[in-house]
Amino acid sequence: MTTTSNAPAPRTRRRGGRGPAGNRGEAVAGWLFTLPALLIIGVFLIAPIALALWVSFTDWNGRNSPLFNDRVDVVGLDNYAAITTEDSLLRELFGRSIRNNVYYVLLVVPLQTALALFLAVQVNRRLLRAKGFFRTAFYFPSVTSSIAITGVFLFLFSATGVVNRILAFFSVQGPNWFADPRGLVHIALGAVGVGGAPAGWDAPGFLGVSAWQWIAGPSVAQSVLIMLAIFTTSGTFMLLFLAGLQNIGAEVGEAAVMDGAGPVRTFFSVTLPMLKPTLFTVLTLGLIGTWQVFDQVYLTRGTPAAPTLTSPAYLAYNQAFEGNEPGIAAAIAFILFLIIIAMTLIQRFALADRDPSGFGRDRRNRRAVDGGRGDGGMAQGAARVQAGPQSGTGGGLT
Amino acid sequence: MKQRVTGGLIAGYVVLVVLATVYIYPFVIAIVDSFKTDAEATQDPMGLIPQTFTFAAYERLFFDTALPLWAANSVFITVVVTVFRVFFDSLAAYALSRLRFRGRSAIFALFIAVLAVPSVVLLIPRFLVIKELGLFDTYGGMIIPLLADAAGIFIMKQFFDSIPASIEEAARIDGAGVFRTFWSVTLPMATPALITLTILSFQGSWNEFAHFVVSRQSPELNTLTTGVGALVSGQLGSGNQFPLKLAAAVLMTIPVAVVFFIFQRRIMSTTEGAEKG
Repeated sequence: MTTTSNAPAPRTRRRGGRGPAGNRGEAVAGWLFTLPALLIIGVFLIAPIALALWVSFTDWNGRNSPLFNDRVDVVGLDNYAAITTEDSLLRELFGRSIRNNVYYVLLVVPLQTALALFLAVQVNRRLLRAKGFFRTAFYFPSVTSSIAITGVFLFLFSATGVVNRILAFFSVQGPNWFADPRGLVHIALGAVGVGGAPAGWDAPGFLGVSAWQWIAGPSVAQSVLIMLAIFTTSGTFMLLFLAGLQNIGAEVGEAAVMDGAGPVRTFFSVTLPMLKPTLFTVLTLGLIGTWQVFDQVYLTRGTPAAPTLTSPAYLAYNQAFEGNEPGIAAAIAFILFLIIIAMTLIQRFALADRDPSGFGRDRRNRRAVDGGRGDGGMAQGAARVQAGPQSGTGGGLT
Repeated sequence: MKQRVTGGLIAGYVVLVVLATVYIYPFVIAIVDSFKTDAEATQDPMGLIPQTFTFAAYERLFFDTALPLWAANSVFITVVVTVFRVFFDSLAAYALSRLRFRGRSAIFALFIAVLAVPSVVLLIPRFLVIKELGLFDTYGGMIIPLLADAAGIFIMKQFFDSIPASIEEAARIDGAGVFRTFWSVTLPMATPALITLTILSFQGSWNEFAHFVVSRQSPELNTLTTGVGALVSGQLGSGNQFPLKLAAAVLMTIPVAVVFFIFQRRIMSTTEGAEKG
């Protein structure tokens, strides 16, 4: 930061302070330059949050305006209560959407992260030929639209579709994927003789969903959406890991191998710890993205197993547009926001260094791997993810 | 020792080839089946060569559905969003990187905070504001909210930070104004980041779906994503119609695929867009 000004002013004047000095022209330009972005972000990002917060506390029915409207009454936390504490169908719908999304997150995040890391390590091998081809193959699904790729998956996983024919080749009878609402855990329990809910497990439990339903596991239909998510995001995250690996350089691993460590051990005790900042980025983006699954749920809303696919994001849409309950929709959006913040904080805490003696060393590694571009890595990753089929990843510099 | 290394390498290739096949196969089969008849696509979805090669699905898309209109809307929205987003993001990023003014750090902090707001959470809140402003079901409501994004501002700011400010001094001494300096000196130097941002904005707005679901309702404002979305989820017509749906999926993927293959190296550059060169 040395200089910037219209007039060739004496330099010494602005070398000193880092504060908001500058001349008038520069100040006006600064505000004019940021104005368009500020207006758009203010009107369509900040104002919506304020308006939705207000709506979530009212009984507005969606007609006319929620502001300065005599027919709109403040109902306090009623909308929040309707989906969390009141015994209602709505609460059960919300509970089920949370359950569905929990299983989706629990499976997609670890699997896509592991697969992305595996792919990155494989295509980063020095002796590998056709690196470009492999990278392209793995990354291409990440640039396609969620609509196109979901359409293709509906075809692949239809009852007599490609996947079931491949399974038949191995003498496995595939399920009718998108029509199958059975939970995987229920299926597994059924296989060992537990056909139904044990006594007491059928009563409405947390959020109106019975314990038996909570442990159902992802449905067969949802497992297709899980595979779809892994298929479309592993390429993006592979690139993030690849950047991390290349920043570490090959020497580190080679040194460890020289010391007699095997490749597997080298990976887990040398490479992986150095990749921690990238891992953090990937997990954060993964968590934020999976908690917001919408497009795929919207497209499959007409399938027989749709109730096992809903997410809070979809339920909010459904309540606003089909249920005429914007207050409920806004309340769901805020609860989802809180869940996402809580998840990223928990994840951040879990990955934090708790060994004070190793702190200094780790800091140095972090800089080496990140190249001092931590925030940028996150922004870049967010922009990439947002552009691809796993939409709805706002970012996450939390 | 040498043998072990070779063995490992071959095993590695086998794993990679199998995985690459799994990743590529869905696209190949989608293209092939889009040229089959409805009956063949259902009875023999796996055949890699259609027994009856037909353009029927494509003809129906062009003449019996509103796909041309959806495509026109998508092109229009994508072009407007990309051009303005790149411009507005660069302007804001330049101010944050170079200009000194009261409130700069507050604006920067605001953009960082905004980056952390998940976009799907914003769907309904944004819909409420769009409706309140009378922009619901208009191009304005579909386009304006997408014209700037914090992530793009970040990418540009990082790049501007990496360009030495001394480059601008000569221009300033010659009496060029702030905008002139930005436009004809600094911005051209940021071409790599501009390309990255253009590609990401193009891809993002072309593939945008959720926002167009909540910001419009008229069929005339359907984009490819919402139009093909309705088609794919079976709201139009009956039966499987797999070739039709696959053809629509193929067509809407072509533009992003073309951009991807042209800018492949930049898109997949692992040194991140902020790196020069």
